[in-house]
Amino acid sequence: MRGSTFGIDGVFVENTASVVGPKESEGPLGKYFDKTVKDDLLGQKSHELAEIRFHISAIRYLLNKTSHTENDVDLCISGDLLDEITGASLTLREFDIPFMGAYNACATFAESVITASVFISSGKFSRIISSTSSHFSTAERQYRFPLELGNQRTPLSQWTVTAAGAVMLSDVPSKVAVKRATLGKVIDLGVTDANDMGACMAPAAADTIFRHFAESGLSPDYYDLIATGDLGVAGSELMKLLIKKRGLELGLNYNDCGAMIFNRVSQDVGQGGSGAACSSSVFSGYIYKKMLSGALKRVLLVPTGALCSKTSTLQGESIPGIAHAVAFEVNE
Amino acid sequence: MNAPDKEYLALIRERMPKSRHFATMFRAFWTGGLICCIGEALTLFYSEVAKVSVEDDVSSLTTITLILITAILTGFGIYDKIGAYAGAGSIVPITGFANSVVSSAIEHKREGVVLGLCSNMFQVAGPVIVFGISSSILVGIIVLIFKGAFI
Repeated sequence: MRGSTFGIDGVFVENTASVVGPKESEGPLGKYFDKTVKDDLLGQKSHELAEIRFHISAIRYLLNKTSHTENDVDLCISGDLLDEITGASLTLREFDIPFMGAYNACATFAESVITASVFISSGKFSRIISSTSSHFSTAERQYRFPLELGNQRTPLSQWTVTAAGAVMLSDVPSKVAVKRATLGKVIDLGVTDANDMGACMAPAAADTIFRHFAESGLSPDYYDLIATGDLGVAGSELMKLLIKKRGLELGLNYNDCGAMIFNRVSQDVGQGGSGAACSSSVFSGYIYKKMLSGALKRVLLVPTGALCSKTSTLQGESIPGIAHAVAFEVNE
Repeated sequence: MNAPDKEYLALIRERMPKSRHFATMFRAFWTGGLICCIGEALTLFYSEVAKVSVEDDVSSLTTITLILITAILTGFGIYDKIGAYAGAGSIVPITGFANSVVSSAIEHKREGVVLGLCSNMFQVAGPVIVFGISSSILVGIIVLIFKGAFI
């Protein structure tokens, strides 16, 4: 291991599942998701329960797709954005699978995939599910204002993705493999605007991507796609600028999951999508399927997270960001 | 904790998209004005058509009607769409206050009547009430002391 980038051997993506809400299904990636629902409340009494249902149905669908029973899965590493990650905890109440909760805000998906991959490559586990969920209405309530409050969204705001994405990792060889990862550091440049998540997370993303290439010795054009999690359009531009200052140029193979999932102009989502399920649903839906079809062969996924709570923001703390990078490659 | 990176914060100010102040101010101006016109029309209706003779009753009735309309629009999920367009135009009038109370109440209904709905109802409107009451006490004291000067 050199720095915080390390190679991963013998870990493969067995399958993925994604369930998304109505707005996401109307977006440009709509047709790639496994399941789309018309009502984001799913007939539940609260949006929190609806988010849990999204998460349950993603994991259930993944089990069905791979024809595994709950006993075949050694562990589930999941997370979400609700207080004390109750979303994931209550989801796993429904399953007879050991559970470890993960939280890195919207970078939780990367944290969970990296942890699962290292566990599997240790030889002690053979099949682990990593999953995350997020819901627009629960995130609005948790971090911002009541849903029906008639306030204006700032041009920098982002739209939390209503979705759940789940990935089954295993030691049985299959087409897509997890190849390497770079662990992110908590980076705080003093941004205090909780509406400007892109600017909070851009320095962390730039740092992780820069270190990934410096430590692995690869160049950015090695990957067919470098996708950050949820920097949004303006945040991505900022990130590209920061990384350019350090002497690394990202080309047309760079994109952002938050910018990809919505049609920013017609769907009125500010700078794009965000949330713990943004990267997991885009990976499970779009990227994984593109890798299976061979359109993408090497992908670097860099989910980004803004590490704040409503309390920390109110008390005037600045908002640090974090980003972990995971590289997926198609086995030749 | 690291010191804020001034260079980066300056870069954000320079690069990130900003609110379009004139467009939002114009929207706030005409929507806020329109809500006030509706209020004025209600006042005329109560005093001229419904023949309510006491002036205080007319203004109370107008306020109550506006609050009722807002509460209904909030419940049906329409007021937040108006607010997304109007901004301050729909926040500043009494309708904005009603919306903030009703929206918080709807949001916290699931946590029960006492600890959910009632304790969170004034989550957004709380500061308005606190400042409203405090300033009225302050003004009251001033009037009490200088009463003679005004007569």
